[in-house]
Amino acid sequence: MRNIALVTGREYQSRVRKKSFVVMTLLGPFLLAAFYGAIIWLAMSDTQSSEQKNIHVVDESGLFQDGIKGSSTIHYSVNPRGGDTSAYDGTLMIPATFSIDQPKGARFLSAYSLNIVEQQTMEGHLEVAIKEQKLIRSGLRKETLDSLKTDVAISAAIISGGEIKEDNSAVNAGAGFVGAFFIYIFIFLYGVQVMKGVAEEKSNRIVEVIISSVKPFDLMMGKIIGIALVGLTQVFIWIGLSTVLIAIITPIIASMGMNPEETAALVQGTSGGVAPGMGMMGALFQLDFLTLILGFLFYFVTGYLLYSAMFAAIASAVDSETDTQQFMFPITIPLIFSIIIAQSVVLKDPHGELATLFSMIPFTAPIVMMVRLPFGVENWQLVLSMIFMIFGFIAITWLASRIYRVGILMYGKKPTYKELIKWMLYKG
Amino acid sequence: MLSVKSVSKHYSGKTALDQVSLQADPGKILGLLGPNGAGKTSLIRIITMITAPDSGEVFFENQKMRQELISGIGYLPEERGLYRKMTILDQAMYFGRLKGLSRTDCMAAIRHWFDKLEMSDWKKKKLEELSKGMQQKVQFVLTVLHKPRLIILDEPFTGFDPLNAEIIKEEILGLRDQGACILLSTHRMESVEELCDDITLINNGKVIIEGEVNEVRNRFKKSEFELVYTGTLKSGLPGVLERKDTALRDGATHSLFVMQKDAAINELIQEVMKQAHLLEFREKIPSIKDIFIERIGAQL
Repeated sequence: MRNIALVTGREYQSRVRKKSFVVMTLLGPFLLAAFYGAIIWLAMSDTQSSEQKNIHVVDESGLFQDGIKGSSTIHYSVNPRGGDTSAYDGTLMIPATFSIDQPKGARFLSAYSLNIVEQQTMEGHLEVAIKEQKLIRSGLRKETLDSLKTDVAISAAIISGGEIKEDNSAVNAGAGFVGAFFIYIFIFLYGVQVMKGVAEEKSNRIVEVIISSVKPFDLMMGKIIGIALVGLTQVFIWIGLSTVLIAIITPIIASMGMNPEETAALVQGTSGGVAPGMGMMGALFQLDFLTLILGFLFYFVTGYLLYSAMFAAIASAVDSETDTQQFMFPITIPLIFSIIIAQSVVLKDPHGELATLFSMIPFTAPIVMMVRLPFGVENWQLVLSMIFMIFGFIAITWLASRIYRVGILMYGKKPTYKELIKWMLYKG
Repeated sequence: MLSVKSVSKHYSGKTALDQVSLQADPGKILGLLGPNGAGKTSLIRIITMITAPDSGEVFFENQKMRQELISGIGYLPEERGLYRKMTILDQAMYFGRLKGLSRTDCMAAIRHWFDKLEMSDWKKKKLEELSKGMQQKVQFVLTVLHKPRLIILDEPFTGFDPLNAEIIKEEILGLRDQGACILLSTHRMESVEELCDDITLINNGKVIIEGEVNEVRNRFKKSEFELVYTGTLKSGLPGVLERKDTALRDGATHSLFVMQKDAAINELIQEVMKQAHLLEFREKIPSIKDIFIERIGAQL
């Protein structure tokens, strides 16, 4: 234990004293604040000045002479007078063959390519217009049709402990994903430091000297813990400085585009239905930051421990840092895989079977569970995932240390996977 | 002090050590000799518990070797290495503390050795700023900083200029005189006779010769005598099996006589003195290097 502490101390001090550490630690929060500022700014500009696209419709079928009902993002001008089409964002061609029973052949022409949301929106608009025509054909009067139109918006809310909190899945997804992304980056950042450290000790032959005083396991653990503490120091400083910076930056940005009441509401963290656009900001402030930060710290630390043990084992098995590539790939696959499924499967259905499964597997849990956390995860799932995580890193660290203790003294040849497995089973 | 009993070790089908036993005593230097790949490093790694033997045992101060006893050992491996970007003082502190020294004891030991080897001026320097010889000196100090009772030195003189090699040699002898048990692994044979009290020669994982240096040399003598004389000697001298006139220098003949095992040396000397003017007569005792080359060569 004493030796682990000594190794940890050396690793920590030698890294924290580096200029690069000081620079990154101080610069980090500014980058983070800039990132956060950009998100708020974008969110607000999105709600305030949503750009409406003007579409020029050439209707040869004559079906849409009364116009097509657009939306806040798209406006249609059917067969406008005056031939200047350059004022429009694009032209929708409805051919003469287009009918309400055979709605085929519509084409959109523009200088830029249509994004999928826009295409779907336009298709929806046409479908509604055709449906209305069909209803009228079946005998419904236009007035009756108009009176049928209803506009409903649901605002989601979460009930937790008798308290009603505003919910916004976009904010949840954003918060979870940002946390997961940081875990992903940190595991790579600090895991690679572990790898470099081990490779340095091996290639400089320090290990031969040191291993006669310290057990390989102690040396490996000391290094991993030391670098973990460096990471945590950095994260805590970042959280602290970022909080201060964000507290400064939020009202400044908010005051740029809002009236004083809105700004006050924003700063106090109460949306209070001041403005529809404020729902998102309100939800942001309604997030359970304590759970998120604690969850982040837990999954960051355990995920880092799990992966860095593997990074250490790889570095111990090869002679130089450049040889690590071959073994790096299989280890990073689960990490990359989790960030991919986090973006697709988990965000779409955070409580689905796949999301739940991957938030239990220690290799993917740090990222997948982090994405799920803001959506509210049942306690038993969270506890189970954490237990698996702890057992996972103990098991992996044990296996990694088996490879490490043989690999660290082995020079001259790059081992095969078969040999690595043999080292794990090797006695003594 | 150190007792290795029937230690064997195999690596993927290759026998690194085969029933190796040795004994090292306090206040003495044991030379662990052998060609490259003989198994010296494997044996040292087992003694220092870096690896475990397949069979056999190691005893240190009459106790079976265990992790807690390791701090009584100072090990200078052949492959040297320290942290390049760490200051000498920080490294010394780190390694001393890892060997169980308290902060104050460690500082006192550092001061003692740095002053003794005139290293105090560069203690704040990073390792990479030092010359190779200086780095070797640092490494030596780190080995003995914690006053180990057993000091294992694997090729301690590599990288030293003759002047510094002499300083280190004196320090090794000094540590021996203070009662430390020293295991010196080397293939630099010249240093063996100057330093070692006992030797153990291993080859292909087996001990092939062991014993006190002079006793071993005497054991391998072959009734060979070196003569220096002027004049001429007839053939047919009593007890002489073979006679090689090796050189003629300053008018004197240098000869090597290979004698019968039980030849009467006095008779030979008398006969020589009758025929020629005898200047020198001495028995040829092989050096450890001669024995090494002969024995290892015979096995190759």
